[in-house]
Amino acid sequence: MKFGILVNEGPYTHQASDTAYHFTAAALRAGHEIVRVFFYHDGVNNGTRLSVPPQDDRNISERWSELAKAHDVELILCVAAAQRRGLLDEDEARRAGKDSDNMAPGFQISGLGQLIDAGIQAERLIVFGD
Amino acid sequence: MSVLHIVNKSPYDRYSLDTCLRLARPDSAVLLIEDGIYAALKNAAASERVQQALENHQIYALEPDLQARGINPDNMIDGISLVDYDGFVKLTTDYDKSQSWL
Repeated sequence: MKFGILVNEGPYTHQASDTAYHFTAAALRAGHEIVRVFFYHDGVNNGTRLSVPPQDDRNISERWSELAKAHDVELILCVAAAQRRGLLDEDEARRAGKDSDNMAPGFQISGLGQLIDAGIQAERLIVFGD
Repeated sequence: MSVLHIVNKSPYDRYSLDTCLRLARPDSAVLLIEDGIYAALKNAAASERVQQALENHQIYALEPDLQARGINPDNMIDGISLVDYDGFVKLTTDYDKSQSWL
């Protein structure tokens, strides 16, 4: 079955990022297809590569990156939500005249249309948030 | 059309479970995750409402979240079924739609 995943909450906030990750991993394990994981609102903070959690804690953004690499999962950050919160890829950083980008591997910035498209393509859209 | 209602808030924190149960059709199910788990406790203020809901709905609870909160399954309301993440995925495929009560 085709799944779309929407993450509306930032990492280390409450539990939505973790639940979304474990759900996505379980769906892949069961042989389902993940059309896209869309990060919206504070959820875009899942996409930073500058997060440095303690060594005995999970690294939430790295975990998403590894999942994307292993299963070719599309991880999309909403552009408007990302710009407001300082989540920039190389193009956006250059355009905004910033000295660096901070996008974790496997994440891409795109528009809200990608959420609508995931809703149309997927047979189930599962929402995680606070 | 069957619906899986996903509740992630404690009934002692927000009204999302009450709202969900008020609007849920009899053939729909409820999955308690994250702090929603606290609704599964027996001998608690919300127990009666949940017990009543079991007459019309299947109610599931996510076991890893139960464990994370140190709740012994023996302290859960009888009739609530435990699922793991694989079971969570299975539920979303068994029901036509999923509704998260954020």
